[in-house]
Amino acid sequence: MDLLDSKIENLVSFIRDKEISVSELCQFYLDRIEKFNGELNAVLTINFHALRRAKYIDENFSRYKDRPLVGIPILLKDVFCVEKMKTTAGSLMLEDFTSPYSAEVVQRLEKAGAIILGKCNQDEFAMGNSNENSAFGPVLNPWDKQFVPGGSSGGSAAAVSAGLCAASIGTDTGGSVRQPSSFCNVVGVKPTYGRVSRYGMIAYASSLDQAGPITMYVEDSTLILEVISGRDGKDSTSSQKEVPKWSFNRNPRKGNIKNLKVGWLNRKYIEKSCSLEVMQTLEKVEKFLQSCGAVMQDVSLPLMEMSVPVYYLVSTSEASSNLARYDGVRYGYRFDFQGNTPNSLEEFYSRNRGMGFGHEVKRRIIMGTYCLSSGYYDEYYNKASQIRRQIRDQFLDAFSGVSLLIAPVSSSTPFKLGENPAGSLDSYLVDSFTVSANLAGLPALSVPAGFSPLNGLPIGVQLIAPHFDEQTLFDVASLIQNEMKAAGKRPDVFLTKGG
Amino acid sequence: MKKKSQHSQPAKILDSSCEWKTVIGLEVHAQLLTKSKLFSSESSRFVEAENEHIHPVSIGLPGTLPVLNNKALEYSVQVGLALNCRINQKSVFARKNYFYPDLPKGYQISQYEKPVCEDGYVEFEYDGMRKKVRIQRVHMEEDAGRFHHKGHCSLVNFNRAGVPLVEIVSRPDINSPAEAAEMVRSIRKILKYLKVCDGNLEEGSLRCDCNVSVQKVSDSRPGTRTELKNLNSFKFIEKAIEYEVKRQIHVLEEGDKVVQETRLYDSAKNKTFPLRSKEEASDYRYFPDPDLRPVILSKQWIEEQRKKIPELFLPKSDRFRKQYGLSLKESFLITEEKSRADYFEKMVSVKASPKLSANWLINEVLARLNENKVQNIDDCPVSPENLGEMLQMIERKEISGKMGKRVFAKMWETKKNPKEIVEQEGLKRIDDAETLSKMVDEVIKKFPRQMEDYRNGKEKIFGFFVGEIMKSCKGQADPQQLNRILKEKLKT
Repeated sequence: MDLLDSKIENLVSFIRDKEISVSELCQFYLDRIEKFNGELNAVLTINFHALRRAKYIDENFSRYKDRPLVGIPILLKDVFCVEKMKTTAGSLMLEDFTSPYSAEVVQRLEKAGAIILGKCNQDEFAMGNSNENSAFGPVLNPWDKQFVPGGSSGGSAAAVSAGLCAASIGTDTGGSVRQPSSFCNVVGVKPTYGRVSRYGMIAYASSLDQAGPITMYVEDSTLILEVISGRDGKDSTSSQKEVPKWSFNRNPRKGNIKNLKVGWLNRKYIEKSCSLEVMQTLEKVEKFLQSCGAVMQDVSLPLMEMSVPVYYLVSTSEASSNLARYDGVRYGYRFDFQGNTPNSLEEFYSRNRGMGFGHEVKRRIIMGTYCLSSGYYDEYYNKASQIRRQIRDQFLDAFSGVSLLIAPVSSSTPFKLGENPAGSLDSYLVDSFTVSANLAGLPALSVPAGFSPLNGLPIGVQLIAPHFDEQTLFDVASLIQNEMKAAGKRPDVFLTKGG
Repeated sequence: MKKKSQHSQPAKILDSSCEWKTVIGLEVHAQLLTKSKLFSSESSRFVEAENEHIHPVSIGLPGTLPVLNNKALEYSVQVGLALNCRINQKSVFARKNYFYPDLPKGYQISQYEKPVCEDGYVEFEYDGMRKKVRIQRVHMEEDAGRFHHKGHCSLVNFNRAGVPLVEIVSRPDINSPAEAAEMVRSIRKILKYLKVCDGNLEEGSLRCDCNVSVQKVSDSRPGTRTELKNLNSFKFIEKAIEYEVKRQIHVLEEGDKVVQETRLYDSAKNKTFPLRSKEEASDYRYFPDPDLRPVILSKQWIEEQRKKIPELFLPKSDRFRKQYGLSLKESFLITEEKSRADYFEKMVSVKASPKLSANWLINEVLARLNENKVQNIDDCPVSPENLGEMLQMIERKEISGKMGKRVFAKMWETKKNPKEIVEQEGLKRIDDAETLSKMVDEVIKKFPRQMEDYRNGKEKIFGFFVGEIMKSCKGQADPQQLNRILKEKLKT
């Protein structure tokens, strides 16, 4: 029984067969966090109730035995509110904030028997793609600590990769689940917009945010997504669509994708902008899919190149409004005026917000405020919304010809810390291949597909499917996973047992 | 050029005021009487204790999301329908962004480009004329909390945060302060007829902002307007506009310009003061709220709402005059409140005469409710059916009108029906000749000297006999019968 090598379904079997108790499994991961987190900075908060909860499940095992995630220890990105636990969103603003309620995702996980092990580091308010924008320090890539783990769910991806939990939940607004998953050699899923309730998930850009699983294997993601998906009356944007039984529908036989039409998402653009190693990995995947009988073709999405500017206009506009609630009146950071009263309400606000927010967050609030200002609204927010609809239409058009799109997650392997300074144009262009799925609300995932021959760092491949067709994503991703043999690999240093 | 202060005292008498035309538009905010808030489940009712009705959603905790209260949507559409608006089958919630401590999310969820109702009108009777004021829009929005200062502290109470409001925006079709007040009264009446708002100006469940401008009668261009706030009574609405009109005319006649600004009315000083000038005016950065889907309404659903609209006061008062022959004044008084009109029609439905019913309702019931500080006629201890029945007894001359008042008092006390009271108290009119003759005989016997005087031509003394008989029978005798019999007996 090698816990680190086991898929979640195996861990569940071990628990059901009493080969290991829930408490033991929980302790196993707590020990690993204790041992490895110091060097990675992936975990911000340990849930001190986790062991008690594990014990409780052990003691009342008959009641929990049949639940789909019984005893599975999960780490959450720190945007998910958990009752009686700190929820910081990686910001000084919420350093001491404790939520009085739990997010819908958290409630569903707990109902399914999972253990909330703790909270993961992230870019502040999910703004970033390197996890360098955290108020609590950067997360380092477990594969090479000179490199970033990606972001904004960098802590979650690093934690899964280093085996600090069985799985993690991240959020993806413009690639924040897929890109760190690619950088850390794990599976990351961004479900269809509306699939997973956003209630209790701290908003960055409401019309783009979606929660998704980050796991070692595709099968693990199917299990977890099944649990957290489905209509929630507390989120008006959550979908009524029935949630398929992805974990049962699994069908990783190559023959099943015979004649499946798979499109390159602008092959010319990909070739132009990607590094050689990324391109080679994609071509390997292409060859494999062709060998299974899939029909590859090029799909042109003329507006794809607009997606980064459109994404930053829409997301910063929404963020400027979403983050207005952090004013220091009811909760959150409040500037210490050292016994003096502020001269004005403005001073009170600007001190609280000026000190509580980090640079990148402030930069995006200012950008968004500008986009929505009278006189600029039509030129920026409105125009961006129009192009966004056209991008969506172009995707729908594309899906009338193909069932799946393939693209890189990132144009390159992970970059080094400090290489893409926040606010630089390059730092925003990192999101080129991921943001369009968010703009169109499409499901997409990143699956490990290989390692760079130059630096040994992981390379993931992105699959994008039509709305609510996560099934095709999972089917093809499982085949890629089994063929490319990258998924499931961990950096050697983290293969040792904890404790 | 010499710059005149905007706050200078307005001229007392303006002979040229007839050259000026007053233009007024209203923005009325009404709190809807839903059980819960607009986007969250906690109670929206008023409560004394601070921060009692708060929920993660309404105080804007991280991660919370709004979900539209369907009852508030129904009420808003009903308001739109009652104000003759077009109901938009697609409307959109937008965020109005600004910072203030009573605004938990840093934005108010409102409607901007696509409100739920548009292009209606209100009709009311003013100064003997029918006045029609166009309604530009009716939209839904959430209320803010309350921010107040206490010594060195500033405190916020979020009970009110998230309470559903409808905002009713009129076109600038109003031309006098009194007309403006009448317009607000009419809207209030409609809201109360619909039972969607309690209409309390003093407590702020109904709030009114007035946009006021003046222009030369000869000038087709509209004048610069100011917005008046803090008008929490009908009297203040009139007074504030009156003051503001005079002030603006004064400013213009001095050759200055009216500044577009928001002004607060100070009722103690009967003046308006600028709240904030346009330079600082916020850019609200409206944009569609991504947390809420557009509101899509089917035609069928809208028709269902239309069926819930009761007959409103103006058509009702028209009908009452036509159907029941009431006077203008009576019809307006009785249709002032729907429950009042219902009370009236219940009296009429048990076959009491409409005229007598109106008379008794206005002069007895309303007066007595007022005396006893009973707000709602539904709480009147005398049921309309009982009162109607009693009026019929008067009409059938079973009791006198004077008796009626006593029976009414007794009904108020005991809630018993009039027949029972009349029988128990022996209040029934005595009109049979035999009984009356006996009574007359007794009195004549008792006062022989007075009878002599009468027979000797002192006819004034007739009243004395009537009084004595009425005293002895507690006023039960039928006066006409009694007069006839008494006259006969005194002659012989």
